[in-house]
Amino acid sequence: MSPIFLFLAFVALLSALGVVFAKNPVHSVLFLILTFFALSGHYLLLNAQFLAAVNIIVYAGAIMVLFLFVIMFLNLNVDTEPHKPALAKIAAAVAGGSLLLILVAALKDIAPTGAPQDATFDSQIGMVDRLGLVLYQDYLLPFELASVLFLVAMVGAVMLGKREAGERNF
Amino acid sequence: MQLTNRAKKLEKKPMTLAERAYLPAIFQGLSITMRHFFMKKATVRYPEEVRPFSPIFRGLHVLKRDEQGRERCTACGLCAVACPAEAITMVAGERKKGEESLYREEKYAISYEINMLRCIFCGLCEEACPKAAVYLQADKIAPPRYERDEFIYGKDRLVEPVSPDARSIRGIQLTPEQADSLRSNLAQQPV
Amino acid sequence: MIELPALGWQSIVIFVVFALSLLIATYCTYAERVIAAFLQDRVGPDRAGPFGLLQPLADAVKMFTKEEFFPGGANKALFIFGPCLAMITALMSSAVIPFGNNLSFGNNAFFLQGIEVNVGMLWVFGVVSLGVYGVMIGGWASNNKFSLLGAIRAASQNISYELAMGMSLIAVLMISETLSLRTITLQQSVAGEWHFWNIVKQPLGFIIFCVCAFAETNRTPFDLPECETELVGGYHTEYSSMKLGLYLFAEYINIFVASAVMSVLYFGGFNFPFQYELRSWLVENHDWTLAAAQNLITVLGTVGLFLKIFAFIFFFMWVRWTLPRFRYDQLMRLGWTILIPLAVVNILITGGLILLGVIK
Repeated sequence: MSPIFLFLAFVALLSALGVVFAKNPVHSVLFLILTFFALSGHYLLLNAQFLAAVNIIVYAGAIMVLFLFVIMFLNLNVDTEPHKPALAKIAAAVAGGSLLLILVAALKDIAPTGAPQDATFDSQIGMVDRLGLVLYQDYLLPFELASVLFLVAMVGAVMLGKREAGERNF
Repeated sequence: MQLTNRAKKLEKKPMTLAERAYLPAIFQGLSITMRHFFMKKATVRYPEEVRPFSPIFRGLHVLKRDEQGRERCTACGLCAVACPAEAITMVAGERKKGEESLYREEKYAISYEINMLRCIFCGLCEEACPKAAVYLQADKIAPPRYERDEFIYGKDRLVEPVSPDARSIRGIQLTPEQADSLRSNLAQQPV
Repeated sequence: MIELPALGWQSIVIFVVFALSLLIATYCTYAERVIAAFLQDRVGPDRAGPFGLLQPLADAVKMFTKEEFFPGGANKALFIFGPCLAMITALMSSAVIPFGNNLSFGNNAFFLQGIEVNVGMLWVFGVVSLGVYGVMIGGWASNNKFSLLGAIRAASQNISYELAMGMSLIAVLMISETLSLRTITLQQSVAGEWHFWNIVKQPLGFIIFCVCAFAETNRTPFDLPECETELVGGYHTEYSSMKLGLYLFAEYINIFVASAVMSVLYFGGFNFPFQYELRSWLVENHDWTLAAAQNLITVLGTVGLFLKIFAFIFFFMWVRWTLPRFRYDQLMRLGWTILIPLAVVNILITGGLILLGVIK
């Protein structure tokens, strides 16, 4: 429990709460980005530099930019927020509460294993080359399946974006 | 209809690969700008360096004096008539006794005003003047001002200064002897 | 000799790099104006100090003394946060760039590099991808249509060109088999071998990377986010005073970093030709110790790297005053239908050549 870990955990929790409680969706997104940064810090503490960098590039750098993009376009604010019926609120509270319950129930009995044993501990496990070897040797099939998934998504996006004959173009 | 032989026939061909790649054109453009980088600069660093006036430049007006330091203007109004921009106004007056050393003719201009905002510096007043009194100086520009009324130049700013050394290069140039006699004339004048 | 802990040395390096980035960015504003003037047959600012060298100072005084203006309905906190973020992200990326090899004093070797991490390239890439937030937040918080449009243009442009940039990088990484910028630099010159800089192995990749670097730093011909003919002033329309200054400054720091990355990745970084020959010549003919000769090489290499960086900065400015701005659809077409496929082809070619053993 180094002070850096405590600080990062504090930032992560606080900004995660900020995501939920912020009134302004743009603030929400910014808090989420801060959360990702705190998580990347955790990865760094775990000596997983590649994961930390990729987390920033992919989540903070690309996905959240698109989020922000859409939110800015939609111009969401308090006035345009749809009024939700009480039933929906209650349902949401019940669903969220039971998720919390499950999480607590699942995690309460876990005993922290503490520091890894010196004999089996490998500080380089999170480095790029090790990760690459694991990905391309042990998990080749899932990796390739995931890339096929991305390919499908890309094809879908191109199909959506393609102009059809006779369609009005702006 | 063909007016000149210089017209170039423009053919719209499909672009070649080099043209479509765009990079050769970029390097061409870069080479052009790089040539300009080493060219002689066109800048005139103004306060230190002044561009020479053109030999036919017509600038700020001056009302000349004659050899004895008397105002030449007789307020005939020909300059005002000649002025296409109607920039000149004047009030004529009769010369009193004892003013012979101030005004050359019996009639003189009590006030003489040129509006420099209206003036187009065409020089027609200079041509119209029968007494060779008004001249456009070749080396002076009407300077910028903040207020409009500051552009109306009265006699205080138009009449040539009495000091013979402050003559403009255009108009009558005094010889040293003439300047000396003028100086002595002025010294005798009652203030 | 004072004994410095490794971390202390690193913090000194980081501080120096930080100061240098700011200094270079400051003088970039001056260089931009002078180069623009020279390319247009003018002389540029030459009044403040000798050759106008104090012009940046005068500009800074002007920037600081201008009115701080907050547009009505603007999100004040984010309005201030935007330029700060742009500046922070611009400054962060230079931390991993190796500005020189090691200096050794006695038993201690010091690296002229902020932090050596084995994901250096990814770090630069990640921070660059964050740079767009400063622009987006600033544009949105201004509560102005044109600012928002400028911000959105900037964001979509950056995202589009990041893809091609990353793909052109992959080809370099395939050759170097590492993400560490220091290792990539060291690979480009090996003692006793005829070794080429990466530009020889990756000409196409370099062109793609260079074009993307222009787009990422929002420089002409890709300066659509601040296209004044269509968007008034782009994302910083509403900004005044030093907040605007920070945005402009961040752009120049980004140029500096982009130039440094290009020098390191493709032009040998702190290596210069015949450095090993020079070192052995000094050791053999002039009785220098190996460490002293190496230190000299390091210093010369750092100077060389900065010369390369300045050359790139000059190139950025040269292009700016040569090429007209792209239209937005041309920009997007270039990014998505030309650069990305080209980058993929480049990866394929590189892979094939590595497989055939032509390049290593």
